[in-house]
Formats: sequence, structure tokens, C-alpha cells
Amino acid sequence: MISLPRVLRPTLVRHMALAVLAAVALYVLTNAVGPYRDLQLAQAAYFACAAAGLTVLTGLSGQISLGQGAFMAIGAYTTALLINGRHWPLALALLASAVVAAAAGLFVGIAAARLRGPYLAGATLALAVGLPELASYGPLTDSLGAQNGLSVSPSPPPLALGEAFPLERWQAWIACAAAVVTMFLLANLTRSRFGRTFRAVRDDEIAASLAGIRVARTQVLAFVVAAACGGIGGGLLAFVSTLAAPGAFTIALSLQLVSAIILGGLGSLAGAVWGSLILVLVPSWASDLAQSAHLSHNVESNLPLAIYGLVLVAVMLAFPAGVQGGLRSLFGPILAHARRTE
Amino acid sequence: MLRFVNLTLAGITDGMVFSAVALALVLIWRATRIVNFAQGGMLMFTTFLAWSVVRHGGSYWLALAAALASGLVLGAVVERLLIRRVEGGPPLNAVITTLGLLILLQAGAGMIWGGTPHSYPPAFTIQGFTRDLLLSPSDLFVIGAVAVTAVALLLLFRRTDVGLKMRAAAFAPEVARLLGVRVGRMLTLGWALAALVGSLAGVLIAPSVFVGPNQFDSVLVFGFTAAVIGGLDSPVGAIAGGLVLGCALSYVSGYLSSDIVTLGAFAALITVLMVRPAGLFAGRAGRRV
Amino acid sequence: MIKRMIAGLAALSLALAGCGSGDDSGGGKNKASAPGITATTVTIGSHQPLTGPAAPGYSEISPASKAYFDYVNAGGGINGRKIVYKYVDDVYNPTTTVDVVHRLVLQDKVFAIFNGLGTPTHTKVVDYLNAQRVPDLFVASGCGCWDQAAKHPYTFGWQIDYVREGKILGQYIKQNFAGKKIAYFYQNDDFGQDGVKGLDMYIPKEQVVKRESYQPTNTDVSPQVQAIAAAKADVVVLFSIPAFTALFRLASLKLGFKPQLAVSNVGSDPTTLSGLLENFAKKGGTKVQGNPLIQGIITDAYGAPAGDTSNSWIKLFRKVHDTYIPKLPFDGNVVYGMGAAYTFVQALKAAGKNPTRRGLVDAVEKGGFTGAGLVPFAYSKSSHAGYSGAQIGKISGNTIVLSGTPLTTDAGTGAIQPYTTPQPAAPANGIPPG
Repeated sequence: MISLPRVLRPTLVRHMALAVLAAVALYVLTNAVGPYRDLQLAQAAYFACAAAGLTVLTGLSGQISLGQGAFMAIGAYTTALLINGRHWPLALALLASAVVAAAAGLFVGIAAARLRGPYLAGATLALAVGLPELASYGPLTDSLGAQNGLSVSPSPPPLALGEAFPLERWQAWIACAAAVVTMFLLANLTRSRFGRTFRAVRDDEIAASLAGIRVARTQVLAFVVAAACGGIGGGLLAFVSTLAAPGAFTIALSLQLVSAIILGGLGSLAGAVWGSLILVLVPSWASDLAQSAHLSHNVESNLPLAIYGLVLVAVMLAFPAGVQGGLRSLFGPILAHARRTE
Repeated sequence: MLRFVNLTLAGITDGMVFSAVALALVLIWRATRIVNFAQGGMLMFTTFLAWSVVRHGGSYWLALAAALASGLVLGAVVERLLIRRVEGGPPLNAVITTLGLLILLQAGAGMIWGGTPHSYPPAFTIQGFTRDLLLSPSDLFVIGAVAVTAVALLLLFRRTDVGLKMRAAAFAPEVARLLGVRVGRMLTLGWALAALVGSLAGVLIAPSVFVGPNQFDSVLVFGFTAAVIGGLDSPVGAIAGGLVLGCALSYVSGYLSSDIVTLGAFAALITVLMVRPAGLFAGRAGRRV
Repeated sequence: MIKRMIAGLAALSLALAGCGSGDDSGGGKNKASAPGITATTVTIGSHQPLTGPAAPGYSEISPASKAYFDYVNAGGGINGRKIVYKYVDDVYNPTTTVDVVHRLVLQDKVFAIFNGLGTPTHTKVVDYLNAQRVPDLFVASGCGCWDQAAKHPYTFGWQIDYVREGKILGQYIKQNFAGKKIAYFYQNDDFGQDGVKGLDMYIPKEQVVKRESYQPTNTDVSPQVQAIAAAKADVVVLFSIPAFTALFRLASLKLGFKPQLAVSNVGSDPTTLSGLLENFAKKGGTKVQGNPLIQGIITDAYGAPAGDTSNSWIKLFRKVHDTYIPKLPFDGNVVYGMGAAYTFVQALKAAGKNPTRRGLVDAVEKGGFTGAGLVPFAYSKSSHAGYSGAQIGKISGNTIVLSGTPLTTDAGTGAIQPYTTPQPAAPANGIPPG
């Protein structure tokens, strides 16, 4: 195996090269597949944004949060309100969603600063289930649409791309671009001083505070980062599914995000990507399987769910470190051997 | 004033059900240090079994007995086959495993019984004793059943040999093993008892939420919230947490709007946790590994 | 590490591209010009609440439609093509509906969407379907939003819309409950709000003492019921789905509150309500048939009620039911599903030997369909609304007993007129003629 050329050694440059590579690969991919797969790529992309933030919070900073769905909801509604009401361009709306969600993350982080383990989990779970209910609250139903939700008129692809350019591919481009940018920023963050601070606090709070790290501040910062990523993911969700409604932010969503990052490999950004892909592709593939097997209707409609549950249990039993851990254990020895033989 | 009394009565009745679920979660937490997300799925499954008994002509009491018995069995089986494998590892892995189990149970129930919510009979009539006071025989039964169960468990843990062994197995497994306690068997028993309490909660709340694979999701969220409010290490806290939560939800629903109950639960939870980060009854120091 | 990521991405691209292109070629199934049409099959799709709060009752509609399609297929299909009906669960959750419909259109490539159920759900996909030019026939909802021929040319309603129904119910209440206190209990979306709009056109404002709404995700309706009971309403008009009609009745039972109820036809099927309430009805020693908790409920119908065993359409549907779906109860939902399926078969037949999507839409606009309805359809180039009226009835025993004459009206301020043409008889072989 070749060792990296000198120009690629600095972290920033390395991450940029990866980002460009990913962008090119995604461009090729979205052009090659049909509109339904493009839609699924877009879905995986916005889940990946939210999951990446969550893996930083839970994996790197050690704070288990079951409330990422709430930040996605904030992002989705912010985007919907800005695009519908004030006709902001999408990029600006997404940025605003990140900021609003980050502000919420600040509040939640401060309120939850003293909570640990299952107590933090319980509080964030109640937040995730409770916050979308605000849309149904009497005085707010007019602006937030109650259970009906807010429809986001899909912005058509720019005319420069041609009249028959499929909407789904355009959505996939936007979502994937946002995901690549988010991953790039997060990768730099985790390799920086902040990342090291997060890990120090996670591993041993007392030692970290003795070393001069402001523990509470670090934990709140992690929440803010995770919330901002959740906000971007939520904004993309509103854009791709053209809808921001409470029904999208169920307890299942928050639990699925947590399971996604653990399936993929806790603490790893690549793991967030694997987890999001599993989240989107496994139910879809299981649905296809169920339909082609011609089972009774009850069995057929519940089979995708059963398979997803089985995947969760099986991966936990077989690969406790998730997909990324499994890959590392598979390919790691090979690469290490290759390195040694140079 | 009457409205306040009625809301409080409704809060206590619902709160007792949350207490039961919270108690189940606390029992499992004390024994194996795992948050059992599958609790909601397990009690849903046993309630479905009870509903099948009712559907085939069985009496309410036979169905209740079936639910409790199947709860015991289900809890034991889950601990032995599944949880035993993930007990020592990272805590989040155990959480995901219980999550996978929850999904499997919901999918399984959907396959066997279908997804349409079904009605479930209450123990007694739901019509209040008087026109103004909204307390019915059914409500009294709910309160009584949970109270009796809680007291029975308390006596089991404090006064019996088995209870002592279970507490030993939970808090000092290595020492207990040296003293001849079958630790594994005690953990299985702990899970079985927890599932039994959960099954009771399921049957008690089924008349109001109807029986279906996803109808008990809110019970899980509120049960977990109640357990956290009371302190995950304290069974008394579970009961207290359930009552506090039930009343809080009732007041939010009655005075503000029933649409934002879970947000009310979050508010109650955060208020308690900001003052006491480990719950209301977090007396003893938690175990640190 | 870089090499690992490249390898991973490459493998993933190949895998996805493989799946994607597999789907795109469609395995060689779609030989005819229109998507979803082959030489031997027509594939249509739908989103239905098979689970969740709207499942009681409504989950029977799609199997019933499928049963009727199976019946038609057994006779050779339409123009030699068998109808394949793919209905998918959306749990009455608009977010899931969007997902499900995207999948049906993009991956399953259905010819048309048939009988998509729900007002809050279908409103989220109607723009998409029209943009993609997919026929969106006979939406299972009475919202007036399906009747917008200019904005949504591919969408058609089928059942009576809620404004019309509100007007007819409102007129009956005004005539029979003059001077009494009225309250409304309605779903807080276009379904309930349209119904209330119709009611308000006839019931004087001073008579309405309370208006309470509910969300289908929140099963705790006791605050609303307590408010209505405190206002001492004599009559409560409900625009609710069956689960919430039952919940209202349960909450009022708990309070000892016994108003006269009037319920929209979508939430009043006696068999469904009995099923939801069976465990709460007092098991007295009376010989009365049917659940005592729902007797005397005022409602309306635009077709023969399921208990009218002498009606030729009910006989036909009963035959299909007993052959294909004997395990399901025979109730208003089954009659509904089969009635809608009958109209679809009529439209497909009228679309000709090699149907196209536009051709199907034109066939419905041409109008002239007669079916199991007591009143006519309102289909034309400018109107995409379905049944234009209904007849008042009351729940008695296990069925609805109709009274008076069928009435028709429009969705605006027009008057309500009686409709005197008798219901046509069902065709002998059960398949639309012509």
C-alpha cells in the first residue's frame, strides 16, 4: 500500500479530498440509478446528517440522547415556515434551520447538563415525543398546521438543467451535497481540539475537569452541534418529502436514529452513513421481499418491521461494535499487514 | 373545585398504571442495569393474549390470569435467551437489543392478530358512582390492583429469602455467587416478576387505549418518564413518580389542552430533574463501575 | 483509510446501480404504452389505513374492493386484462402516505391511484400525482379539495363531499330540533371543517352552543366531551371517524350524558361501532338487536345500507363477499369498497381497448355512470365531485334504516332538492354493462 503523499497529510486537506471524492461518486451514482433510488439516496442523506450529529453527541461526548427527532422537527418546521411564508431560498432556509435548532440545543443542553445516563435518555425521549405536539396546540395550530402539517411546495430543478430533469435527482443532489458539507465540517471538528475535549469528558469527567476542561460547557457544545446537524437533517426532510408534519417525528424516528448510529458503529461518522443506509434500504428491501413472497396480508405488511427488528438484534449480538467495527476487524488486519510489509 | 378533584382522581388512576410500568422498569434496572425498551412490547403482547381469551368467551379474571402467567414466562424467556448475551457489554448495545425486541414483538403481534385496534372490557363498569364525581368501580380496581401488587413485591423483597437473594444478586453478584446464590436464576426471576407487573399494567390500561400493536407506545414513554422522575433505583420512587406524572398530565390536559400532554410530561420531568438529577428518591449512591 | 472508503463507495454504487437499473427496466413487464398496463394486466395502487386510529372499519374497504376486482377477473377481466390492486398501509399518517405513494408511482409504476383514503393523508399527495399525471380516481374522502378540475385535472372524488353532507344533515336537524341546543364535535382538518361549513349554512348560529374538535392522534377526548356536557347540548353532530365516534360515546357514557347524536356517514357504520363498543354495552336481558349504545343515531347514506337484504346491489355484493372475503363482517365498509370498485371498472371499460392515463380521466369526465348509488354522480368536465347527495337514516338494530327521499344539492349555497329517479338495479352478472 502506498503511504499518503506529503500534500495530503494535513487533516483539512485530507478531508477536503475525501469530500470531493464523495461528491463525485454521489454525482455518478445519482445519475446512474432511477428516480426511486434517487429518492432513497436523498432520504439516507438527511438521516445521515442527523445521525452524524447524534453520533458525535452520544459516541464522542458520551451523552445518550433519544431526542434527535425533536431537533429534526425544529429544523423541518423552520424550513417549511421560511420557504412557504417568506420565500427564502433553500440554502438560506437550511442555514436558518441549523441556527434555530442549535439554539434549542443550547437550551436543552443547559437544562440537561446535570443529567447522566438513563436520566438524560428519559428526558430527551420525553422531549422527542412531546415537542412535535406543539404543532397541535390550540393557539399555534393556525401557523403550524396541527396534525395536517405544513406542505412545502417542491422547488423545481432550475431550468438550466433541462425541462425533463427528474425532481428526485435534483432532491438527491441537494440532500447529498448538504450531507457531504456537514460530514466535512464534523470530521474537522472531531479531529480538532474540540473533538479531543469531547472524548476526554466522555472517558473521565473528573480527570478532564482536573485537567482544566470546562465539563458542562463542553457537554452543552456537543448538544449544540448535534442539534444543528439535526436541524439540517430536518430541513432536508421537509424539502424532500414536501411536508413537515408531526407524524414524521414519532418516537420511532428518534429510536431509529439511535439504533442507526449503533448499528453503524458508535462514534464514527462513516458509521452514521452505514446506519442511515441500513435505515432506508433494509425496510425497502424487506418490503420487496415480502411482496414477492405472496404471503397473507398481515404477515406481508409486518415482515419488513420484523426483519428490521431481527437485524437490530442480530447485529448487536454478532458485531457489538457495529458495521464500522466489523469492517475494521475484517479489513484492519489486511491493511496493517500491508503497512508492515512496506 | 370539583373539576380539580375530578382531574386529580383521573390523574391518580392513570398514574397507577404508569407506576406499574415504572415499577417493572425499575426492577429490571436494579437487577441488570438495563433500560428495557421492550417492556411496552412485552405488555402489549400479553394483553393481546388476554384479549384472545376474552374473545373466545373467557371471563375477565381468566384473561387477567392468562396475561400475568404469560408475562412471567415471557420475561423469563427474554432474559434467558436474549439479555444474558448482552448483559456484560456496552450499555447502549443492550438498549438497542431491547429496541430490536420491541420491534419484533410489535411486528409479531401485527402478524398474528392484525393491526386494527380492538376494544377490551374493563373489570367493572366505567360509569362513575355519582354524576359529578368522576370515580368509577373500574378506576378503584385499577388503583387497588397496582397497590396490592406493589405491596406484595415490597414484602417479597424485604421479608423473604428469595427477595434477599435477588437483591444480593443485583448489587453484589460476585459476592452472592460465593455465598451460593444462583445469580443467573435470580436475574431471570427478576425479569419474570417485572414482566408480570408490566402485564398487569397492560390489562388495566387496555380499555382506554384499545388493544393494538402500537396502542401501548404512550404507556412506555410515560412509564419510563415516571421511572426517571422517581429515580430508577427506587421502587417507591416508581410509585411516586407514576402518581406525580399522572396528576401532572391530567392537569395539563384539563386546564391547558389534551394535545400537549407529552410536552407536559417533559416539563414535569425536567422540573424534577433540575432539582434532583437522579430522580425524587435517589437516596443511595449509584453503582459506579 | 482512503482506499477503504473508495472501495466501499464503489461497491455501494455498483450495488445500488444494479438494484436501480433492475427496477428501471421493469423486468420487461411494461410492454404497452401506459405505465401499469400490460397485455394481460392493469395495475392500480392505493394508500389505506390498515392499521392505526382509522383502521377500525376502514381497513375492510380495500380487501372488499379487491374482492370485487377478483370477481371481475374471474369472469375474464376487462378487455382481456385482469386488475391487479396493490393497496399499502399508511397508518393514516400523512408522512407515510407521501412515502407510500412515491413508491407506488416510482417503483411499482401503477397505472392509476384508486380510492386513496383520508383527507389529511391524501391532500399531501394530490399535487404530486397531478404533476406526475397519474390518474387519482375516486378518493376515499369527502373533502371538497378533490373537486378542482382546473388545478387537479387527474383527481376525482367519489363519495358525497362533506359540505353537501353537512347541508343535508343541517337541514334535517333544523327541521326536527328547532329551538334545541346543538353542539359540534369534529376532526380538526378539512374533513371536519368542511362538514361544519355545511352545517352552518342551515343550523342557526344561536342554536350552536359548543364547537369542539379533536386530533386523530389523541385518543383522550374527555375534555371536549365534558365541555359539551357542561353546555347541556341536546343534539351533538359528529364529523368523526368510527374510532372517535366510539370514543365520544364512551366518554359521554362515563359522564352519564345522553344527547341525541347525528354522525357523518363516514363514522356511523353500525357494525364497526358495535365492534368498538361491544365490551362497554350493558348486557341487559333485552331482546333488542344491536348495540344499545348506538341505537337511534341519525346519519345519512348515498347507497343502500348493508342490512337492506332485499336490494339487488346488496345481494350482488353479499355474493362477492361470501365467495372471496367470508371472514370479514358484511357491513357498510364492504359495500363502500365494492361500490367504488364497480365505478372504477366502469371507467376502465369506458377507457377503451388500450387505455391511456389521459383516456381514463376523459372517460370519467364524460360522466353518465350509474351504480349502487341512490343519487347521481356529478362528474363532468368542470366538476370532479362524486355523489351529489344522500338520504337521511337512523341506526336501528344492526343496520341503518333510511327515511324520507334522497336529496341532492351542490357544494355552495344552492338549495337542497329531492331526487326522485329510483336506484337502477344491479346488472345480472355483476359486471357493468356496455
